[in-house]
Amino acid sequence: MDMKAPEKKLGIKEKYRLLTRDLAWQPTYRSEKEIYPYLDYEGIKIHDWDKWEDPFRLTMDAYWKYQGEKERKFYAIIDAHAQNNGHLNITDGRYLSALKIFLQAISPGEYAAHKGFARVGREFAGAGTQVACQMQALDEMRHAQTQIHALSNYNKYYSGFHAFAETRDRIWYTSVARSFFDDSMASGPFEFLIAIGFSFEYVLTNLLFVPFMSGAAYNGDMATVTFGFSAQSDEARHMTLGLECIKFMLEQDPDNLPIVQKWIDKWFWRGFRVLGLVSTMMDYMLPKRVMSWREAWEIYGVENGGALFKDLAFYGIRPPKGWEDAGKAIDHMSHQFMLGFYQWRFGTAFHSWIPSDQDMDWLSQKYPTTFDKYYRPRWDYIKRAEAEGKPFKNFGLAKLCQCCQLPCVFTEPDDASVLCHRQTTHKGEIYHFCSDGCQEIFEDEPEKYVQAWLPMPQLFQDPVNGDLAAWMDWAHLTDGLDNGEYQGSSDQRNFDRWRGLATSNT
Amino acid sequence: MTVAARAPYDFKPRDLMENFHGKQIVYAAWDGHLLFAASFLICVPPETSFRELVEGPLAQLLSIDPDAAAIDWAAVQWLKGNQPFSPDFDQSLVANGIGHKEQIRFRTPGLNSITAAA
Amino acid sequence: MSQVFIALQTNEETRPIIEAIEADNPKAVVTRDPAMVRISAPGQLVIRKDTIEQNLGRDFDLQEIHINLITLSGHVDEDDETLTLHWDR
Repeated sequence: MDMKAPEKKLGIKEKYRLLTRDLAWQPTYRSEKEIYPYLDYEGIKIHDWDKWEDPFRLTMDAYWKYQGEKERKFYAIIDAHAQNNGHLNITDGRYLSALKIFLQAISPGEYAAHKGFARVGREFAGAGTQVACQMQALDEMRHAQTQIHALSNYNKYYSGFHAFAETRDRIWYTSVARSFFDDSMASGPFEFLIAIGFSFEYVLTNLLFVPFMSGAAYNGDMATVTFGFSAQSDEARHMTLGLECIKFMLEQDPDNLPIVQKWIDKWFWRGFRVLGLVSTMMDYMLPKRVMSWREAWEIYGVENGGALFKDLAFYGIRPPKGWEDAGKAIDHMSHQFMLGFYQWRFGTAFHSWIPSDQDMDWLSQKYPTTFDKYYRPRWDYIKRAEAEGKPFKNFGLAKLCQCCQLPCVFTEPDDASVLCHRQTTHKGEIYHFCSDGCQEIFEDEPEKYVQAWLPMPQLFQDPVNGDLAAWMDWAHLTDGLDNGEYQGSSDQRNFDRWRGLATSNT
Repeated sequence: MTVAARAPYDFKPRDLMENFHGKQIVYAAWDGHLLFAASFLICVPPETSFRELVEGPLAQLLSIDPDAAAIDWAAVQWLKGNQPFSPDFDQSLVANGIGHKEQIRFRTPGLNSITAAA
Repeated sequence: MSQVFIALQTNEETRPIIEAIEADNPKAVVTRDPAMVRISAPGQLVIRKDTIEQNLGRDFDLQEIHINLITLSGHVDEDDETLTLHWDR
């Protein structure tokens, strides 16, 4: 066999051209319109798909190579975690609650994002866009799988990890993330890109995967840091693509600006509401904390988001409508939410607890203008009631927001002593909202949100009809095992006992 | 505004009263009492009298607040759909104009032992 | 001037990369959090293949950075020699 002299290595730009544009072809016996029927109806106008370019210029061959490398690293650590009782190295069993919320609410979202990108990869016309969507569809699938795989190591020992598919579909707080993704998937391809590429990747994942995962490392959780950072290495690319997509739409036609602005307003607010869960995980569920939710928001929300919107002003984009209200909510949301989780702990597939005095001191230091004034008095009362043998349990179900599906726990943007009550009547039916942001999203597309499957009212319909025990069975929630207070839970007993065994011989 | 769609887009709401087997939903909130994280969802027949709603399920849910025993129901200020409202305690919810998924709120000025500072 | 940043996992593979970024960007500020290193700079940050290769003592393909990348902020410009983050137009 002849030895062939090695060919000159292709430059990155040439390689990108060959492996994207050159893979596409002009259809001859079907029209573009027949092949791509979903490109017009949202009102977005694209004149030249070739203007779309992945700034990283990643091609499929390089993609497989680097993703393979990431997987090898991931599994080396997951194996070590499983072989070395990694579940006992976490700082405290309370930390598991954050992981349970992650698995129940966030991981299914990764899978939903996979489905969405697989779909829009087919619906978009440009080869560069198709390749990027294909990669992202594979990434999101990988994230769902690695998260489920990593957390299955905790499922061997602790409650609440056993039924994430059912909890995703049937438990109240998970419907928040689920409705976010369902809403995006029920949108056209361009809106989907703004929903996931911009809101989920740019606004959410930085706050979820970066400071929270660093927190996981701080709390000794090797498994989660590994899947978190492994996923985030893809997210950096997704964010860049998300930003690129926005710029692409805005550069293609001036008529696209108001549509893109509306989606940015909508999806910023929807993303911000999903972050309610994350704020609570960061401020309350990490036994050792790297930074507060407020501090994380300063870096990834104010500084990073601020830079982005300053840049997009070039095209006439202004910061999202809810930006100011979001800023006002930062010092309140995690506390309002944790108080909710705690009082409704009969209905959560994770444990909650009253923060210790030390935790409360940390919170009042991190939230000097709000914690002692509004939230510490409530925790103090709850603690006293507990000590007097009257644990504070709210068996009332909550009013949910028709749009974001969170319980309406939020207060007026300018008055933290009054709950925010918003309602509207559409075709004779009353609908309730947690905020102006959610109400405006509803009023823009009421037909979409009237169909919302709200877990609390649903509990009084078939098949459960108001029977709480039947609801628990249906949601795969075992009373006294998966739910309730951390103190005295089987997770606490097991974690403390096994950790004792791990450090001594008796 | 309306949904951008390629075909007629009209779906039934999921929380119509017909799905609740003869009952309706009422949301109730005690203003200024934020120990309760959100409005209560109460599911009762529309023939329930306002008094039965207040003294039954509502009073039971409120009982864990330290101020609950001191509520003077005769002096309470009511809101319905965020507007001032004077309920007739002996009339049904329907007769009081409290429809399905209506929000009622009440205020008890001077009674606020936990969040008085706020 | 808006800040750009890049965050990388803390490990042996990223050490020479981080040192290269520090050497090539005098205004860069390095923040070390658990398991991650965040490097920010006003307006622009340049990552050079050459400098990384000198630190590493082997060939380095800039796309290898994807393996340990956590997040970034700014517009991305990449060619064979440099990866630049910037907010300029």
